[in-house]
Parts: sequence; structure tokens; C-alpha cells
Amino acid sequence: MIPEIGHFALVMALLFAMVQSFFGLAGAARGQAAWMGAGRSAVTGQFVFVAIAFAALAWSFIQKDFSVLYVATNSNSELPVFFRFAAVWGAHEGSLLLWALCLAGWSLAVTALSSSLQVRFRSRVIGILGLISIGFMLFMLTTSNPFDRLVPAALEGKDLNPLLQDFALTIHPPILYLGYVGFSVAFAFGCATLLEGRLDSAWARWTRPWTLAAWLFLTVGIALGSWWAYYELGWGGWWFWDPVENASFMPWLAGTALIHSLAVTEKRGLFKSWTLLLAVSAFSLSLLGTFLVRSGVLVSVHAFATDPARGLFILAFLTVVIGGALALYAWRAPQLKSNAGFELAARESFVLFNNAFLVAALCLILLGTLYPLFMDAMELGKVSVGPPYFNMVFLVPMVPLLLLLGIGMHAVWKKSRLQPVRSRLLGIAAAGFAIAVIAGAAVYGEIRPMATIGFTLALWVMGSSLMIPLARLRAGQAVPGAVLGMAIAHFGVGVVTLGITGVQSFKIEEDVALAVGDTATIGGYDFRLAALRDARGPNYVAVEADVVISKDGAEITTLRPQKRLYNSGGNPMTEAGIQVGPGRDLFAALGEDLGQGRWSLRLQYKPLIRYIWLGALLIALGGGIAGLDRRYRRATAAAPGLERAAAEVTR
Amino acid sequence: MKKNLRPLLPIALFAGLIVFFIIGLQKDPSRIDSPLIGKPAPAFALEALDNPAVQVGSGDLAGRPWLLNVWATWCGGCRQEHTTLLEIAREGRVPMMGLNWRDDRSLALQWLVKLGNPYVSVAYDPEGRTAIDWGVYGAPETFLIGADGKVLHKQIGIMTAEIWRRDFLPLLAAQGGGP
Amino acid sequence: MIRPAWIVAGMLLADSAHGIDPERLEDPDLQQRYEHLAHQLRCLVCQNETIADSNATLAADLRREVRELLIAGKTDADIRSFLTERYGDFVLYLPPVTPRTWLLWAAPALLLLGGAAVAATIVRRRMRTASADPAALEEEPENL
Repeated sequence: MIPEIGHFALVMALLFAMVQSFFGLAGAARGQAAWMGAGRSAVTGQFVFVAIAFAALAWSFIQKDFSVLYVATNSNSELPVFFRFAAVWGAHEGSLLLWALCLAGWSLAVTALSSSLQVRFRSRVIGILGLISIGFMLFMLTTSNPFDRLVPAALEGKDLNPLLQDFALTIHPPILYLGYVGFSVAFAFGCATLLEGRLDSAWARWTRPWTLAAWLFLTVGIALGSWWAYYELGWGGWWFWDPVENASFMPWLAGTALIHSLAVTEKRGLFKSWTLLLAVSAFSLSLLGTFLVRSGVLVSVHAFATDPARGLFILAFLTVVIGGALALYAWRAPQLKSNAGFELAARESFVLFNNAFLVAALCLILLGTLYPLFMDAMELGKVSVGPPYFNMVFLVPMVPLLLLLGIGMHAVWKKSRLQPVRSRLLGIAAAGFAIAVIAGAAVYGEIRPMATIGFTLALWVMGSSLMIPLARLRAGQAVPGAVLGMAIAHFGVGVVTLGITGVQSFKIEEDVALAVGDTATIGGYDFRLAALRDARGPNYVAVEADVVISKDGAEITTLRPQKRLYNSGGNPMTEAGIQVGPGRDLFAALGEDLGQGRWSLRLQYKPLIRYIWLGALLIALGGGIAGLDRRYRRATAAAPGLERAAAEVTR
Repeated sequence: MKKNLRPLLPIALFAGLIVFFIIGLQKDPSRIDSPLIGKPAPAFALEALDNPAVQVGSGDLAGRPWLLNVWATWCGGCRQEHTTLLEIAREGRVPMMGLNWRDDRSLALQWLVKLGNPYVSVAYDPEGRTAIDWGVYGAPETFLIGADGKVLHKQIGIMTAEIWRRDFLPLLAAQGGGP
Repeated sequence: MIRPAWIVAGMLLADSAHGIDPERLEDPDLQQRYEHLAHQLRCLVCQNETIADSNATLAADLRREVRELLIAGKTDADIRSFLTERYGDFVLYLPPVTPRTWLLWAAPALLLLGGAAVAATIVRRRMRTASADPAALEEEPENL
């Protein structure tokens, strides 16, 4: 019964989305207040029904209803209850429902929090969001229904992929999707602006906090994915340039360019058409990512079960949404001119270069990800583009970006006013270089050119970011949220750079064969295989090892890596043992029984790796602090543009 | 002139992308086409599956078209295609040699006894070296080698009567169809 | 869920978690070259992993081949050729530099220089606007 309610709720949600988009857009075009009101109300209706559908699916999972095909394929009666809940989004159909829920949620938030926005503009934004919702509902109802029944019902479910049976599954996809989907708001604002043929830049001020929020979620979501891969997959990697990882990183790069570009457009009315294009692109890349994961055109470890029919549907959807937006852009963009100027070292200039480098990075990743597809489509054979290529190529735009980042933070609007900070910046650069060389040699015992460059850039960005709030505090001034947030976020970028440089340059990874009692030494740490035993979990059996780590004779900890065999079958899985320290991770994973009491293990020394995710959290934190700045919540009486006249504000 | 065209650039690029995706949807990105097509078949000499003292090699069936079928008892698809292989053997147009890949000798022999043996001979490749030379990356795979010793075609995956008719027979006809 | 014997046998054969392979070459230079190569070669079975990380039997076989070729004194290029002759360019995670992949290799420089050039052009134009009308650049309180 519940699955049928869920299915029915999806149909209702589709109907509400249709009302939302038709009345939202047509109402705005015809100036019909009643229609526009209907569009607005429909948003709530859509959200309620998507939520009901989601709840129905979750309930089916928790109640182990194996008469629902999706539940039977992705869970199992032995699966612990919190994984049963998270399994809702563990595969294709359910994750689409999560997408739809996020979209309905963002739409509701925008509707609720924009009551002082001009009625017609707001109605258009709502209408456009509705169109996207229609696409997802239709996709689910026609090709990917999570509520399809399995007849006769299975006695036992197949199980959730053991790789997904982990705490991170409960948070990574929802946060990631909130980010991906959140860019739809900027997209809708941009398209509404283009639709109305607005020539001003008022929309930029409205879009900024929404974009920042979505970008924040995406930052955390990507960081979670990387962290999860690191400890779950057992080989100690944290980024593989897999097509799906790239599919989340590209919107992030576009989003980062967007939040910077929005600042310029809002402040000076410049780069209007470019910012609009970025707003369209960020969400388009999110949709593109959806296509890449679910269509089977690329080989990816994340790929959901693929099906040509599904691929075609998403492609058609992509064509309509992105094609429509880009057509709007081609139509209106030529009319968007601005007449402001700025000097060479003004903030606008730095934002422009920042955008150029971010977009270059984005294009490089897009090209590398799609190149195998291009070659295959043109019958030029198969080629692989993997981490060795991306690792090299990504540095090309990133190095100049980090360099300019440290300077650009101190630039002011319109004018070149860097002279006052010049000597201090040079001092930070010199200090950064010195520390990089000395600390690198002292801690890791060698000086490597790439590592030195990386550490110098990291310290440069970190030092430069701290300068701003410290200077204000020293002058007895307050540090507004926007300034503090920016400083923290940029500091976070430096921290990420520090972590990446450390781990990529100085990591040590070794496969060893140990019998109980044997010791292997890497990176100055002794790993001793102290014991091996059988273990069991709620739905698996395992072999567990005690790996005792010591340094200079002093025992540090005991890791307990496991090799698991899940009751539902499948390949054995490795659970690594990891010891976290302030400057490094120590990592041990069990390999296989080599006979004669010996086991193979992979031991790793990973310096500074935690700073990658810590830095990402700082970036998100900075974004959040900036977004909460009073300016965004201030009364908008003074600013002309999108706000309604006081008399108009009725609801 | 250029300025007016610039806003059209994004949608033009996007349209190109869509075309590539449409083509891409019809392709299988994980399929690795063999670089051996048109090249001489990699030479090998291995123990016969049923008799370690006897050698089975790539030269045994030279001078006429022949098939090399890569199989193993741990391969589910091999079991599925076995009846088709038996039919091809019964037809007698082309001799088929088996390459037993990374398998257990006794299990493999039992399998042939139980399910039937379509092969004129079976080479035993327990270490997988010959398989690597032939660019094998999964089982089952079936190669068609021409009378001149060059690899004509590689079937990746299960052999069916349909695939035999559609892909192999035309190539055999061009070869002269065998003796 | 039925589990035919052949699947179990397959699992046993594939039972080497994540390519953990403690065999080391005695010569540290060779071992370093081996590690470098193994991380650049794609596993053809688990196509999202390098042969260094994949637990597929074929990956183990390919690792063995690479080691043997290194001991036999082959160069890195020889070893790559050995594999591409059998599996095509697909097996290389670092795409070869050939006419077909020119765009991949030219792109970084093209995009960087192109992007910088476009940005520079725009900046120059705005600088001209600014110098034509300096009064418009009045001071304003620092604001994001």
C-alpha cells in the first residue's frame, strides 16, 4: 500500500510542478496576479508530495518491504537500520528521488524567502524551477520508478553494495545533492533575468547568497566524498579524477568563478553577460554530471546501472534545459553592456583573471573527461585519460591562480592601491619560501622542487589571507562577516594546497608480507603484525589483524584492519585501519593470506593528508560566514532593481 | 561581425556536445577493441590440457582458417556459449582450438567430459601469459584467424548463433569457406 | 540467492584485495620504475583502477609481466609498447602524444594563454574607460 501511495505522490508532485511552471511563467508573461499566486502555492504542494514519496520509499526500506524491486535490489534483512534508510539513495532510482526532494526544497526556500522580490521576476524564477522539477518527475515516472513492484516478492533482498555500507553514505550524497541542485537557483535567477531582458545587475545581489549556500554544500559534499574514498576503498587514494568525481568538481569550479563574478556584477555592474553565462553553466554542469553517471557513456566506478533509454531521456532533458538557457543567452547577451572602468591592479582585474584560470581548469577537466568519448565517437579508437594526465595538467592554471590569489585579496575596487601592502606581501612570500625549504628539509629529509613550490604557494596564500583580518583588528576596527569569511575561505584554500603538496610529494606506500610477529618499517614508523583473528559483524564475517605501530621504540597505537566477506556474497572487502596524527596519517590494509602464516598488507605513511579536508571545511566555513553577513539581510529600501514598491508587498 | 557571433558560441559548442553524446550512447566505452586485427596471430606452444607431454600451438592449424576460443570453468558466460560452440564444431567448417585460461586442469577436463568437447585441441594456459599475448581481458573471447595466419576478428563475450552468422560467416566466406 | 560453484571459484581466484602485492624487485631503481609504471597502467577488468590497485587476476598477471620485462632490461617505453600492442592505447592512463591526442596535450597551454589573453584585453579596455573618466572612480568604502 505504502509504495502505491509513494507512486501516487510522485504523480501529484508532477502535477504540482506543471502548475508551478505553467502558471509561474504564463502568469508573469501576462501579468496575471492570480496565476502567479497559483504558481507560488504549487511550490508548497510539490514539496509536500515529493516529501511524501520520499517518506514512502524510506518506510519501505525500513520495513524491509522486498516486494518493491528497488528495496529488494538494494537492501537485505540483515542490513542495519541506518543503512537501510541511507540505501534510499544508494542507487539510481532512489537518488533521483533525493534530487527531486532537494530541488523541491530549494524551490520552497526561494519562494518563502523572496517575498520582497518583484512579483513577476519571482514568478519566473519559480516557473523555471518548476520546469526542471517536471523533468525529474517525468524521468522517474517513465524510466526509473523507485516504486516498481517485484512480483512475486523476494524472500530476501540482494543487499546494499558493501562499499556503501558506511556512515559516510548517510551524509555524502544528501549534502552533495543539496549543492548540485542548489545551483538551480542561480540558474533560475539568471534565466529569469534573460527572459525579462533586464539590463541592470540587481539580480546579482539577489543571487549571491543562494549561490554561496549551494556552493558551500557542494564544497563539503566533495570533501566528504574524497575522505570517504580514502578510508573506505582501502588503497589510500583520495582523488582519482574519475568521471563522476570530475562531474562534481566542474560545477564547483564554475560555482567558485560565479560567486566571485557576482561580486563584481553586483558592485559595479560589470561582467553582466559573463556572470549570467556562469550562472547557467554551473547548473548545466550539474545536469551534465547527472547524465554522465546514469547514461553509460563513460566508464566510472560511480556509475549507476545504465540503460540507453534513460540516457536518451536525460540527454533530451539536458538539450531542452541547457539549450533553452543558452538560446536565451545568445538572444539577450548582446544587449548587456556596461560602461564602468577600472585600473590595472583593481579588484575587478583580479577577479577577471581568477575567473579565467578557474574556467581554464574547468575546460581542461571537461576535455580530459570527455576525450575518450570524442575519440570513440569519431571511430579513432579507445584512449584512456587518467590521474597521471589530470594531475599534471591541473597544475597549469592552478599555480598562477594561487599566486594571484594572494595579491588579489588586498585589491580594492576600481583603483590600483596595492602599494601599501606591497612590502608586507613580499615579506610573506619570502617567509613562505624560507619555511617551505627549511621545514620541508627538516621534516621530510629532502628538498623537492615541486614540493617546495607547493608549500611556498600554500604558505603564501595562508599568510596573505590572515593579513586582512589581523590588520583590521590591529587598527581597532571590526571585521565584518564578509571580510572574515573571505579570509577564512582563502586561508582554507592554502590549507588544502598544503595538504595536497604534503601527501603527493612525501607519501610512502609499501606492500609487505608479514607473519604474526614480523615488523615492517616505513616513514620511520614500525608496523608490527601482532595478531590475526576471526571477527564478525551484523552482516559479515571477517579476518581482523592487530597492527601495532611504534616510533623509536615507543608504541603509538594498534590498528585493526579487517578483510570482510559479506553474508550476501560478493568480493571480499577491505576495511583499512587508520591512525590520525597532527602531521600525518598512518594506514594499514589487509591483503590476502599468502599461506604459511603470512599475510600481505599495504602500509602507508600519508603526511598532511587531513589538511585537504580540513582546508575544504574552512573554505565552506568561510563561505558560510560571508553569506551570513548582515548586508544580505538588510532592508533593501535603498537599492533599486528587483525589489517591489512598499505598496506592492502583500504577501 | 565577430562580436555578434560570440554569444552564439556557447550554444554552438553545446550542440556539438549533444551530437557527441548521441553517438556515445550507442557505443560501449568499456569495450576494448583488439589491436591484433589484421596482424599475425601471436605464436604460442603450450601443454595440451589432457596430456602435458603433448604440445598444442598456434602453428597446428596453420594454412586454413581456424578459431581460438578462450574459456575457463570459472566463467559463467563460457558455460552459456558452450552449446553454440558444440554446434559450430558439429558444422565442421572451421576447426576450433580451446585456450583454457587460468584454470584448474582436472576441473577443466571434467567440464569437457560433462558438457561435451567442441575443440580439436585445448591449450592449457595456467599462468595467463599466452592470454595476455592475445590481448585477452575477459572470458569468453573467440578469435577468428585466417588461412594466412592473420587475426581476422575477435568476439568479446558470449558467442551466439546470431553473432556466428552475422560476424564470422561472412569473413569465412571471403576466405573461401574452408576446404 | 543462488551461488553456483563457478562464481565462488571466480571469487577465490580474484581474492587479492586491492592489488596488494608484496613482491618486490631487488634493485631499488627497478622497483621504483615498477611502481611508477604500475600506477600509470589501467586495469582492463576493473577499469577504474590502475593495475597497482586492482584486485583482478589479470591485474596481477600484468604486474608480473611488467616486473619480468623490467628485469629483462626493457625500457619504460618498451613496456608500454608491449602492452599497447596487445590492448591498445586504452591500457595507458597517461594518453600517448600522437596526432590524435594533440588537443589533449595542447589544451593546457592554449587555455591558459587564451584565457589570460582574453582577460588582459578586457582589463585594457576597462583601463582605457577608467582613464577617460577618472571622476567616475570616486572612493567608496571597502565592500565586497
